[in-house]
Amino acid sequence: MADVQTSGAAITFDKLGKSFDKKGSGKVMALEDISLDVAPGTITGIIGRSGAGKSTLLRMVNGLEQPTAGTVTVAGHDVGRAGAAELRRIRRDVGMIFQHFNLLSSRTVYGNVALPLEIAGVPGAEIKRRVDDLIGRVGLEQFSNRYPAELSGGQKQRVGIARALATQPKVLLSDEATSALDPETTQTVLKLLADINRDLGLTILLITHEMAVVRDIASHVAVIDGGRIVEAGQTYDVFAAPQHPTTRSFLAGITGITLPSFIAGKLQAERPQGESQEVIRITFAGTHATDPMLAKLTSELGIPVNILAGAIEEIGPHPFGNLLVSVDATRGAEARAYLQRHELLTEVLGYVG
Amino acid sequence: MSANLINLLIEATLQTLYMVAISGALGTLFGLPIGVYLAVSQRGELLSSPWVNKVLGLIVNAARSVPFIILVVAIIPFTRMIAGTSIGTTAAIVPLTIAAVPFIARLVENAIREVDSGLIEAARAMGATPFQIIRKVLVPEALPGITLGLTLAVVSLIGYSAMVGAVGGEGLGDLGIRYGYQRFMPEVMLAVVVILIVLVQLVQSLGEGLARLVDKRAPRNRGR
Repeated sequence: MADVQTSGAAITFDKLGKSFDKKGSGKVMALEDISLDVAPGTITGIIGRSGAGKSTLLRMVNGLEQPTAGTVTVAGHDVGRAGAAELRRIRRDVGMIFQHFNLLSSRTVYGNVALPLEIAGVPGAEIKRRVDDLIGRVGLEQFSNRYPAELSGGQKQRVGIARALATQPKVLLSDEATSALDPETTQTVLKLLADINRDLGLTILLITHEMAVVRDIASHVAVIDGGRIVEAGQTYDVFAAPQHPTTRSFLAGITGITLPSFIAGKLQAERPQGESQEVIRITFAGTHATDPMLAKLTSELGIPVNILAGAIEEIGPHPFGNLLVSVDATRGAEARAYLQRHELLTEVLGYVG
Repeated sequence: MSANLINLLIEATLQTLYMVAISGALGTLFGLPIGVYLAVSQRGELLSSPWVNKVLGLIVNAARSVPFIILVVAIIPFTRMIAGTSIGTTAAIVPLTIAAVPFIARLVENAIREVDSGLIEAARAMGATPFQIIRKVLVPEALPGITLGLTLAVVSLIGYSAMVGAVGGEGLGDLGIRYGYQRFMPEVMLAVVVILIVLVQLVQSLGEGLARLVDKRAPRNRGR
């Protein structure tokens, strides 16, 4: 399999599947029919709940797990069919960082970063030059001779990142790299990853269960549920118009817009008899995100709007807003049509009597 | 106690140290790689070969099942083949080593298995060969455990060395039996026991000190 067609992608999953033999119950499908192109130089987030199979998916990129169907191609190499020696060469082009850092406790910061270079057989003087440079890049010059036990979680992950970059890989895999860190440290580690992506043009594939991580650094996202990719695309598009319920539930967690409980409790799917309010989710995206659309709705159509919850934030450079409002149910359709004409996305959540 | 007896005690102590040091060194030389192999050849591990592992494990268990005093006499022909004689301190090193190898192998195996599997995964992800993983990850990371295991093995060897009087191995145990017991000289028995206690204490303290030195897992106390 020397001539795998190159689509220009850094990583290509093609109908990839993975099943495990389980005693008593035959085969268990962990992943099914995964097809995804990861473009070079992008940060792609794969998000899913624990047990969704995202960790297995990541491990197939560097051959830590073997696919049972389909292929995964990294820089033209079919990882699943690579022999032991070829696999070791591929792995030097694919760095990896871990949730629990996986640093050697017996080695200093310097020794940990030097390890992949020793393994690759790089000469000593070259190792020193590169390790010093990497430790500088992640801002740990003062800690070069410390042992991991003497470092904070954020510092350990910086060592992990420096170590993963040591062999100058083209791809960096991140296995829940910030899940063991507090929110503040998470931000600094994510910023470091974004800087590395920008400065080195490194392709980053990360898995996470936190939509906030995807929002903060990923340009592309794939949502995985029950072993399948249920939604994929540019992060902004997916956030603006989530199609799958799993995506929506992940988004609800970070956009801070769930209905207040006193309304959620009274929400009905069908419009009731008599007077009622229609509860609508409005997603502001792109150029209209900052327009005063609700004020216009009231002034131009004379429809009063109750704001129930809402937030405006940024995904990459784009503003992105999400509002939950209610309007008189008899005028709901009119209001939604007006908003849709102005390129806002609307979704009826239900009715309150 | 006469000067003659004191000379005998010094000589017996040196004999014990000699037997324990050589058999400990040889036991480590053979036991360490066997222990590493026992750990990495388990099913699903780095050099997974469950059948070889099973057979090797059975041999190790069999060797450990034989009471030491029986081992000493049972392997006399083998001892003669290796050491040229079946009597004396040097000859006693053969059964001591044979007892030490499987014991040390199991202790090393346990220490290696304690190493976080995440570290093996990280090394594999770097493109390391199994041998590089053993040399650069497993053994260095298991070193505190291995050091404590070897300490335990040396302490046991000091005890075993007391039995090799049966084949003229001499040393402290033999002196205690011949003078302290058979000639009924309780002061010799007492002296032997005290020297053995001191030896074991020294070995234990030294081993624990070394283990602390190579253990970088806990932050060192900086008065925080």
